[in-house]
Amino acid sequence: MSQVERQQWDVVVVGAGGAGLRAAIEARERGARTAVICKSLFGKAHTVMAEGGIAAAMANVNEGDNWQVHFRDTMRGGKFLNQWRMAELHAREAPDRVWELETWGALFDRTGDGKISQRNFGGHEYPRLAHVGDRTGLELIRTLQQKIVSLQQEDEKELGDYEGRLKIFQECTVTRVLKKEDGSVGGVFCYERESGRFFVLEAPSVVIATGGIGKSFKVTSNSWEYTGDGHALALLAGAPLLNMEFVQFHPTGMIWPPSVKGLLVTESVRGDGGVLRNSEGKRFMFDYVPDVFKEKYAQSEEEGDRWYDDPDNNRRPPELLPRDEVARAINSEVKEGRGSPHGGVFLDVSTRMPADVIRRRLPSMYHQFKELADVDITAEAMEVGPTCHYVMGGVAVDSDTAATVGVPGLFAAGEVAGGMHGSNRLGGNSLSDLLVFGRRAGLHAAEYAAEHPTGDEAQIDAAQIDAAAAEALRPFSAEGPAPGSADGKPPENPYTLHQELQQVMNDLVGIIRRESEMAEALHKLGDLRARARRAGVEGHRQFNPGWHLALDLRNMLLVSECVARAALERTESRGGHTRDDFPAMDRGWRRANLLCHLADTGSDPEAADPLAVDPARGQIRLTRSETEPIRPDLLALFEKEELVKYLAEEELFE
Amino acid sequence: MATSTDPQADTGQGQGGVRGASRAAIAAPHLRTDRWWLAPAATAAGLLAFIVYSTWRAFANADYYAAPYVSPFYSPCLADNCEPMRGGPNWALFGSWWGLSPALIILIFPLGFRLTCYYYRKAYYRGFWASPPACAVAEPHQQYSGETRFPLVLQNSHRYFFYAALLVASILTYDTALGFRNEDYEWGHMGLGTLVFLVNIVLIWLYTLSCHSCRHIMGGRLKHFSQHPVRYRLWGWVGTLNNRHMLLAWASLISVALADFYVYLLASGAFSDPKLF
Amino acid sequence: MTTAASTSYDATFKVWRGDTQGGALEDFTVEVHEGEVVLDIIHRLQATQAPDLAVRWNCKAGKCGSCSAEINGRPQLLCMTRMSVFSRDETITVTPLRAFPVVRDLVTDVSFNYAKAREVPSFVPPEGVKPGEYRMWQEDVDRSQEFRKCIECFLCQDTCHVVRDHEENKRAFAGPRFLMRVAELDMHPLDAADEAGLDRKTAAQDEHGLGYCNITKCCTEVCPENIRITDNALIPLKERAVDRKYDPLVWLGNKIRRRGQ
Repeated sequence: MSQVERQQWDVVVVGAGGAGLRAAIEARERGARTAVICKSLFGKAHTVMAEGGIAAAMANVNEGDNWQVHFRDTMRGGKFLNQWRMAELHAREAPDRVWELETWGALFDRTGDGKISQRNFGGHEYPRLAHVGDRTGLELIRTLQQKIVSLQQEDEKELGDYEGRLKIFQECTVTRVLKKEDGSVGGVFCYERESGRFFVLEAPSVVIATGGIGKSFKVTSNSWEYTGDGHALALLAGAPLLNMEFVQFHPTGMIWPPSVKGLLVTESVRGDGGVLRNSEGKRFMFDYVPDVFKEKYAQSEEEGDRWYDDPDNNRRPPELLPRDEVARAINSEVKEGRGSPHGGVFLDVSTRMPADVIRRRLPSMYHQFKELADVDITAEAMEVGPTCHYVMGGVAVDSDTAATVGVPGLFAAGEVAGGMHGSNRLGGNSLSDLLVFGRRAGLHAAEYAAEHPTGDEAQIDAAQIDAAAAEALRPFSAEGPAPGSADGKPPENPYTLHQELQQVMNDLVGIIRRESEMAEALHKLGDLRARARRAGVEGHRQFNPGWHLALDLRNMLLVSECVARAALERTESRGGHTRDDFPAMDRGWRRANLLCHLADTGSDPEAADPLAVDPARGQIRLTRSETEPIRPDLLALFEKEELVKYLAEEELFE
Repeated sequence: MATSTDPQADTGQGQGGVRGASRAAIAAPHLRTDRWWLAPAATAAGLLAFIVYSTWRAFANADYYAAPYVSPFYSPCLADNCEPMRGGPNWALFGSWWGLSPALIILIFPLGFRLTCYYYRKAYYRGFWASPPACAVAEPHQQYSGETRFPLVLQNSHRYFFYAALLVASILTYDTALGFRNEDYEWGHMGLGTLVFLVNIVLIWLYTLSCHSCRHIMGGRLKHFSQHPVRYRLWGWVGTLNNRHMLLAWASLISVALADFYVYLLASGAFSDPKLF
Repeated sequence: MTTAASTSYDATFKVWRGDTQGGALEDFTVEVHEGEVVLDIIHRLQATQAPDLAVRWNCKAGKCGSCSAEINGRPQLLCMTRMSVFSRDETITVTPLRAFPVVRDLVTDVSFNYAKAREVPSFVPPEGVKPGEYRMWQEDVDRSQEFRKCIECFLCQDTCHVVRDHEENKRAFAGPRFLMRVAELDMHPLDAADEAGLDRKTAAQDEHGLGYCNITKCCTEVCPENIRITDNALIPLKERAVDRKYDPLVWLGNKIRRRGQ
C-alpha cells in the first residue's frame, strides 16, 4: 500500500493561481527548490477570470492617491474587521508588485504619458486599478506563467534541466497535508488526475494557495476548482479558519440563460459608466446609500454623472458602493417586485456610451453576452443579479509571514487566506492581495525551508500515507453496504450530492441569513455528510471526474459547515454577512474573530475520518479571538466622526 | 512523469497524422458535417477560369489595342512587334528578336505579385494543393515542408513583386489617363471603356496597396509607432485596406479580366465603345 | 419552470470514448434546455449517464481555454458552442482534439504546447530601467496586447495541418500560438532581445519553424478570442524574417550601419 513514489522538495506550493505562482517565483528566487501542484493545466487557474484590475496606489491618474488612502478604503470596505496589518502591508507593497510585473513582460493599458493606466472601481477613492481591457486576470496569470518559464529556461542553461529547481505538477490534486511526528509539515499526499496514481512530495514548507469555496453554492462565478480544498487541507492539518461567515456575493452576475447563471459581469461596467435600473427604469441605488457612506456618494443622478469627468468636485454615483451594499440593494429590489423578467435588475451601458467605446473598453463583456446570451450590450441593457464570488474568510495566518496558526511549515496566501479583506473585499484588491501575500508566503516558506532542511530519512510515517491512500480510494469500494451501516443501500451519486449541497448553501446560507435556516442547513449538511461517505464511482482511476468530485465533496462539506456555523454564531450584519434577524452592524463584534477548528475526535480512529463524524454533532468547533487594537498612526488616518461608526467606545479612547 | 509539462516521447515518424497511433482512434479523416469543400472548390474554379482566360489572351497576341484603350495584359508593351499606340505605353525595349506575344514579357510581374500574395497563397494551397483542403480536414500528402525549401521558399520574394506591381499599377494609371481621349487621340473625351478602366485601376491600386508587404514597409516593421506618427497613420490605413485583401484580390482579378475582355470586344469589332462625351 | 419544460428537447449525441488503447463514438440521447452550450450537455451526461466521462473544463465562460474539443469535426470550445446553432434533429459529434495524443475520452495530452512555450526565449527586460520607470505608449503596446488576449486553448495548434497531419513536424514547428508569442515579444516596445544579442526574427525562421506555415489561416478561423493570428502575427513575422534573411537591401543597410558604429 505504501509503495507510493516520494520526491523531496524544499517548498511545495499547492495551487497555481496568482498567489501560488507568485509564491513559487519568490521561493525559487530565494534559492528553494520549488514544486507547484495544480488541479488544472498550468495557466488555467481561476485568476484568469478576474476582469477589472489590480488595485495599487501608484497615483498615475490621480496624484492624490497614496498607500494611506488605499489602506483607508480597504478598511472601510471591510467594515474595519480587516486584519489591519495585512491591509497596511497590502496597500504599501501593491505598487511594487505591479511594477515588477512589467519587468516580466506584462503589458497594461497606458496613460497619455506612458504610465500604467488606472481605472475607477467600487469603494476606491481614486482611479486605482491597473488593467488590461477587462482581462486583467489573464494578463496576470500569463505574466507569472511566463516568468516561471523564464526561470526554468535559466535552470536549463545552468543545470541542463528545465525542472531542476522549479517544477509544475499539473493536473494533480493534493488530498492531505502530511505531518512529521513533531507536528510540523512533512509534505503533501497527491494523486495525478491523468493516471490516478498516488505520490508524495516531501517538503518542510507547504504553501496553500488554492483559492475559494464558491462551488459549494449553486449560483456562483467560480469554476469547478473552487471546492475549498486549501481550507479543508489546513483544517485537517490542524490550522484554524478565520471568519468563514464572510462570503462575498458579487452584485452583477449573469442570470439568463440558466446555463450561465452566476457568470460574472465585471464591475468595470459600472466603473466606466454603467448604471443599475429596476423594472420601473429607476436608478434605485440612490435609495440604498447607508449612513456610513452618506457623505462619500452623490445624492442625485446629475452629480453622479458629472463625477466621471470631474471627480474632484463631485461625489461618485452609488452604483460604485462596495459590493455588499450593491448586492443587498439588488436583492431587495427583486424581492419587492421591481426586478427584471428573469429575476434580476438591469445594468445598462448602451445608453451611456457609444457602441464603439463599449466594444473597446469592455471587449470580453461584449463578447460574453453576444456569444452566450445573444444580447448586444451596446444596444440593450444586461440583466444581472448577485452571484457567489469570493470568500473573505480563510486560513488564519500571521499578517507578516503568511504562516498558519499552529502548524509550523504551513503557509497560506491569496483567497484561501483570511483576514486581509475583513468582512467585504473591494474589487481590485484581490489581484493585489495575491501578489503581495503570494510573495510573502514564498519568501517565508523558503526561509523556513532553509532553516528546517529535510533529512534523508523519511520523517513521515507510512501509516499516514496508507490512511491517505485508503481515504482517496474509498469511492471505488463504496459499492456494497459500508461497514457498520449495513443498510444495503446503493452508493450515492457524487453529482447528485454536489447539486444538493449547492442548493442547501444557496437557499439557507446565501446572501440574506436567518437563524432557523442556518440551523436547518447544518442539519442537512450533516445528512449529506453521512451520504457522502457512501458516494461511489464507476470506472477506473484514470482521469475519472466522478471520482475527483467524490473526493472534493469532503472539502466542500467541511467548508460549508464552517460557513454555516460561523454565520449562525455572528449575531450582526456586516459586509458579506447579512442577518435578517440582526440587521444592524454591532460595534461589539468588530474585533471578534470566529475561528473554525476541526472538532475533537478523541481517540476513536473511526471518528477521525472527516466524513464519519456523527451527523448531529458536526465536525467543526468554533472559538473566538480578538484582533489587536489598530496601531495609532493608522487610526489617525481616519476622522473621528467616521471611527465612532465602527469602533467601540473603549477603543476610541485608548 | 506524465504530470510534468514535458511531452511524451515522440511516438514515431509521420504515422498518418490524425490517424496516427497516439491520436484518438477515429478512422474518418475528418468529421465535418458542413459543406467544407464548397469554398476550396469555388476558389479553384474561379482561379482556373482566370488562368484559362488569361492564358488564351496572353498568347493570342491579337485584339489587345482599340484606340485609345490598351488591354492591361499588354501594358506596357515592350517589344518591337507591338501594335502602334500613340502616346504609349509601348516602348520597344526588347527589340525585334522577340517573336512571342508581348504580353508574356510584362505579365510576369503582376503574375508574380499575385502568385506570392499572402491571400492567393492561401487560396491555391487550399484549392489546388489541398494543403489543407479545409480546416481540420486531413490533407492527402505524406510529407510537408511548407515554405521552408525551394521552390516555395521563394514566396519570401513577395515584396520585390510588390515594388514591381507599384510600377505596373502606375503604368496602368497612365493608360487610364490615356482613356480620356477618343479614337482619334483627341483629349477631353470619355467612353464606357474609360469607366471600365477607371474602376479597374482603382481596384488594382487598392489591391496593391492593401498588400501585407506594403503594410510591413509602411510601418509594420517599426517597434515604436509613437516615434513615427506619420508612418503609424499610413500603417493604420493600409491595415484597414488589408482587412479586405481577399475581397480586393478577387475584385481586381475580375476587373482586370473584364477590362481586357472589353478591349477584346472593341478590337475584334464585336462591340463599339459607347461615347459619353 | 414552464418555459424550460416547453423549450427542452432530446438531442442525439455521439461522443468519442476511449483511451490510448482505442475507443469509439458512443451514442447518447440527452435532454437539452434553452440557452445551453455543448459543455452543459457533456455535464448532463456525466451526472446522469456516464459519471466517468473525462473532459477538461474550468471557467465555462470562454476565458480559460480548457474545454477545447472538436464538435462535428471543428475545433471549438465546448463552453462557447451554443446548442442553438444546431438543428434539433442533427446528430452532434464530440471528439477530443485530434492533433494531440489522446489520454482518455475528451482529454488529450497537450504537453507539446508547454514544451514549445519553453523554447521561446522570454522577455528580455531593458537594462538600466527600474521597475516603475517603464514608459510605453498605448499605440506601441496595442499589437502585442492583441496577442496577449490568447487564452491558450490550443485550438490553433490543433487545427494547424502542419502538425495535425504531420506528426514529424512537431519537432521543428512551434505552431501558431508560439509563433505569435515570438511576434508578441518582437513587437514589445521594451523587449531588449536585440541588445542581448538575440534576434527573434531570424530565430522565428530558424528555430521555431515559421517557414512551415503556409498561411492557410485555419488558426485565425478557430481562434475563440478572434485574434487575427495570421494577418497580425504570422505574416508580419514572415515579413520581419524577410528583412533579416531574404532582403539584400536591408542586409546591406544593416551591414553598413554596423560598420559605422
